[in-house]
Amino acid sequence: MNSKEITTQISEAADSLKLKKWDYGASFSNDYSVQVDKGEAKQLKASQKQILTIRVWNESNLVGITTTSDISESGIKKALNQANIASDFGNKNERTEFSPLAKEPIRFKDSKKRNPVGIKKLLTLLREAEVKLLKSHASIKSVPYNGLSESFYERVYANSDGAFRSYTKSQAALYLYARAEEKNKKPRSSGSVKLGYGVEDIDIESCIKDASNKTISHLNYSPIKTDKYSICFSPESFLTIINAFSSMFNARSILDGVSLSNKNSIGEKLSTEALNIYDDGLHDKNISSSPFDGEGTPTKRLCLINKGRLENFIHSESTARIFKTTPTGHAGLGSKVSVSPDWIVVEKSEENSDLKTSLDHSTYEGEFVYIEELNAIHAGVRASQGSFSLPFDGWLYKNGKKISIESATVAGDIKYLLKHIVNIESIQEVTTSGISPHIWVDKLSITGDA
Amino acid sequence: MLSSQIKSNEIVFGSCNKDLLEEIIFYGIGLGADFVEIFIENTDNSSVLAEEDFITSVSPSFGKGAGIRIFKEKKDGFVSTNDLTKHGLMRSVTQAIEMLDIVDNKKKEVFNGLNKHRDYSLNKKKWINEVPSIHEISEKLLVSTKSLKKNNKIITRKGSYSRNLQEVIIASSDGTYVSDIRLHQTVGLNVIASDAQYRSSGSRRFGSSGLPNEFRLWDHENAANEVFESSMKMLYADYVDAGQMPVVLANKFGGVIFHEACGHLLETTQIERGTTPFENKLNEKIAHESVTAIDEGISEGSFGSLSVDDEGMEPEKSVLIKDGILKKFISDRAGELRTGHKRTGSGRRQNYSFAAASRMRNTYIAKGEHSKEDLINSISDGLYCKSMGGGSVGATGQFNFAVEEGYLIKNGKLTNPVKGATLIGEAKEVMPKISMCGNDLELAPGFCGSISGSVNVTVGQPHIKVDSITVGGR
Repeated sequence: MNSKEITTQISEAADSLKLKKWDYGASFSNDYSVQVDKGEAKQLKASQKQILTIRVWNESNLVGITTTSDISESGIKKALNQANIASDFGNKNERTEFSPLAKEPIRFKDSKKRNPVGIKKLLTLLREAEVKLLKSHASIKSVPYNGLSESFYERVYANSDGAFRSYTKSQAALYLYARAEEKNKKPRSSGSVKLGYGVEDIDIESCIKDASNKTISHLNYSPIKTDKYSICFSPESFLTIINAFSSMFNARSILDGVSLSNKNSIGEKLSTEALNIYDDGLHDKNISSSPFDGEGTPTKRLCLINKGRLENFIHSESTARIFKTTPTGHAGLGSKVSVSPDWIVVEKSEENSDLKTSLDHSTYEGEFVYIEELNAIHAGVRASQGSFSLPFDGWLYKNGKKISIESATVAGDIKYLLKHIVNIESIQEVTTSGISPHIWVDKLSITGDA
Repeated sequence: MLSSQIKSNEIVFGSCNKDLLEEIIFYGIGLGADFVEIFIENTDNSSVLAEEDFITSVSPSFGKGAGIRIFKEKKDGFVSTNDLTKHGLMRSVTQAIEMLDIVDNKKKEVFNGLNKHRDYSLNKKKWINEVPSIHEISEKLLVSTKSLKKNNKIITRKGSYSRNLQEVIIASSDGTYVSDIRLHQTVGLNVIASDAQYRSSGSRRFGSSGLPNEFRLWDHENAANEVFESSMKMLYADYVDAGQMPVVLANKFGGVIFHEACGHLLETTQIERGTTPFENKLNEKIAHESVTAIDEGISEGSFGSLSVDDEGMEPEKSVLIKDGILKKFISDRAGELRTGHKRTGSGRRQNYSFAAASRMRNTYIAKGEHSKEDLINSISDGLYCKSMGGGSVGATGQFNFAVEEGYLIKNGKLTNPVKGATLIGEAKEVMPKISMCGNDLELAPGFCGSISGSVNVTVGQPHIKVDSITVGGR
């Protein structure tokens, strides 16, 4: 069945069950991926997936939901029936409605959809990439984590009020994670990820180069002394920490009492005036962009922090209604609708007179710790409390030299971190999760072995 | 969907078609595959969320799918699909074969048909009617969240329940032909406490497999007390000072240290990747002689228990480390093929869309002879980790995990609560430093995410002492 047929099928089944109000989200995908091990194909994978989530409103206007991978006629009927039964347990204290924007025009980016290259081509390209990475340095002995994939998918939203949206996309991903070993030294690992609309868009050479350079650059490591240090976050690591604490911007988290913000936090000064943060799911560089969210609300650019002050929260339909605003295009379809950011863009605002612009990670000769990549976010972040304690890959810069740090954690508090930003470098870099310049923070605790 | 509405014939593949499965396997072997495996799954899940004094979410889901894996020499092709028609399954086999580019038609491998059906679900079908209804679950969750409200510092209260009912059929060209029903139930309680600028959280998760009545027997009052007390003790806790120090890790969920620091490194997938320092250490000492560690899938009711693994093999009890000596790796079919380590009934996957991989089941350090007090008394200046959060291990064996509830040890006594601690280290270095094991082994349920998705596991240990470890803090 295609998405139009599914909509008709659901409509007819809903009529037979006397369900007047319903909506659904669906996803259909074909994925292909390969992994290699020293030139040999290891695992080759293909999958066809179909997921359908149906919500129904009962006579008391309470919502029930069911998710299924069975998109047969009988599966759809069963799903509607189950959702109807589940609606008896619908949340009476926080009603969900259709998004008022579910029929608004949406902005389609140039879809840049690519044709599949096929599993054999994927395998050939990945084999070649692995060989080049292994040859790039004598100490690189293996590429234990690697993969090249391409995906083709369609997303749909429709409701009984006549809204219907769908879009199709293609996406490809390459990751190479090398492991280097030297005699009498601990092994070191690092990697690189590249995304594209199709395999031909992926810069394979730069992925190899990045993985190689990052790995071998850490071979000569040393322990770092436990102390407080000036910190420079790489664009990737700063985006990681902003995403980890994105509940600060999340209206759902605020209502649930698990955010550091509250209903009255708009306008609160969170950081130096030099900081602007946007969520921009439709950004040209966002390969994974979606023109609408799970409730059919159009995706848009939204300012979260403007000149250091909290400017907006991200919303679903129900949180927007409670906050007396409009949905922002960040909802996921669920019994309890989740809200999450799409693509964070960090910028230096025009009000940046308080920055120490002499701090540039490529030229600064004083002592500082450069955090290249943060690890184990799921274990080391307490978003509801604001604290973090995270292992990282990085460098100690001292006296004009840089020394790879053997093993260490950085710990602190997100509000302290934002308020102690001392420089935002000028050049923004694109990562797989957003865009950010290098960000300097004054004095955070580093725990090392020394 | 909701348990009260489930009828036996809805969840059970009563019409499992042996002829069709054999036809598909013959087809794959005929085209030159060394091995063909079919995994078919039917699921019926529900989750319920209670917040404060209301049910705010009930989410049933159901589905079906198949994962087909073809081996040719040491490589494998895996295709997953929601299309369980004959056409859909044949197409998946064809696709898997095409991916491996099998052109060898010498048919070295012979398929003699499927063995007699081993039906592990026979004694379980009655479960379906014994699983608590959503009404019953909702009522108990509401009572639980109400009992979390012990003072006005508790600002959020949540109780969650999930039930996963999975029916599987596994058939493969070595004759394997099994079916099973798996039932997993978990319930969790969470609070956030707040007082002016101070904040803390508390959480506990409980879970079982294969025991439909377990949720009814769950002592929610005791659970609520534990969660509340943990949050209160941590509310005004200072941040821990970072550094190297001895630690005592509590029993039950403290076992995550072994799971992360060593267990993952004993999976054959790590040998295949060359990411374990223990690859060539069989029968060598890799841990302190006080450490004996076990991985098994047979403890009744434990969250990681299995009647049969996802490759159709009954789980065995694997003594991984005996008195500090490495004895065995955790192996699956691909692991046996590629590393030579015999399968241990550890081939596991989240669902049909993942190929099985070597994964832990119920993994624990065996009990020793010391009391908890012996361990704490032996430390003059260190950390007691009462409750652990999540953790991870990297490609070089470096692990880390968060301490949710910790106390300083001063002169052999527990003193102030501390927060913000992260334990970091390297497996090879920490295992010899586990110098004392208590006599109070207990297991705890959890979820483990890895190459074949998220699977139910048990971690466990008695209280253990680690002589020195890096504690990240402020």
